[in-house]
Amino acid sequence: MSGFREEDPRINSIRTKIRVVPNFPKQGIDFLDITTLLLDPKVFKNTIDMFVERYKNKNISVVAGIEARGFIFGPPIALAIGAKFVPLRKPRKLPGEVISEEYTLEYGSDCLEMHVGAVQHSDRALVVDDLVATGGTLCAAMNLLERAGAEVVECACVIELPALKGRERLNGKPLYILVEYHS
Amino acid sequence: MTSRNVEDRIQKISSVIRVIPDFPKPGIMFQDITTLLLDTKAFKDCIDLFVERYKDKNISVVAGVEARGFIFGPPIALAIGAKFVPLRKPGKLPGEVIREEYSLEYGEDIMEMHVGAVNAGERAIIVDDLIATGGTLRAALNLLEHVGVEVVECTCLIELPELKGRDRLGDKPLFVLVSAS
Repeated sequence: MSGFREEDPRINSIRTKIRVVPNFPKQGIDFLDITTLLLDPKVFKNTIDMFVERYKNKNISVVAGIEARGFIFGPPIALAIGAKFVPLRKPRKLPGEVISEEYTLEYGSDCLEMHVGAVQHSDRALVVDDLVATGGTLCAAMNLLERAGAEVVECACVIELPALKGRERLNGKPLYILVEYHS
Repeated sequence: MTSRNVEDRIQKISSVIRVIPDFPKPGIMFQDITTLLLDTKAFKDCIDLFVERYKDKNISVVAGVEARGFIFGPPIALAIGAKFVPLRKPGKLPGEVIREEYSLEYGEDIMEMHVGAVNAGERAIIVDDLIATGGTLRAALNLLEHVGVEVVECTCLIELPELKGRDRLGDKPLFVLVSAS
């Protein structure tokens, strides 16, 4: 973290519980693995608590989680703040009528879907994922929610890779993260 | 907590699960839990029912099957102070894994778990949203038992009893909230 802001004492254990796996999914990529954090109940709880403390008094009515690791962090936050949980999924997983948003990858494109009727115009939403890299997925998620008429209040991730400048792809929406990773 | 209270909560949970006909293919009635997740009280009641059942059973591992098991497993794990272990489709987990093959209606699939996620002797529950034929849960059970974990129970929101998934779990107990025929 940059600047002189005093770090919450829980951040250090969150950072150290994240495992760096080199050369996954391909050579030259350091993969930030949150599964090791999930193995420590106290640190996992601290992670959720930090998000809950930030959002509980902000009238958030929707927590949207991006498949699949957003499904791990989103629901506990939603339950604690009394918001609905909305899963944003890869194509053809959601069984009902959906809206889709395409987004570009390094090579090719992918698509994110949300059920029609999951969110309404009056909803204030949070988008949750484990990590933000280029910001493409978060951007697609935000677009889905806004197309359905919801207001995206903030994006929240455990980890940011600042070198990939994902923050700039969020159309000015704020991004809250717990840990930065600089390779 | 009276049994009427439990019954009321289950009744409500059952009523907010959406059935979608002919998904993923004709003739299949898909049990959609996403509508339950939109009902904050029903979702909370659902988690509470599982937590009440497992909190005093010395469970140290909650294993959740990708992807809908990731929605229900972590809140239970957090509430009972257990670790959460994701069981995933092949190629998703970045570290060294152990794998278990299992058969589908057509073809096969593979389930993976990280080496070192669990220790021999730990007591676990396995969580998924639904049990159909039991193939997926059987694979999860095998994965955990191969490394010496004691699986105390398999737990789902929904069972499709006609598909006899319960039989595939052998002597392992199965707990479900809703039976859908």
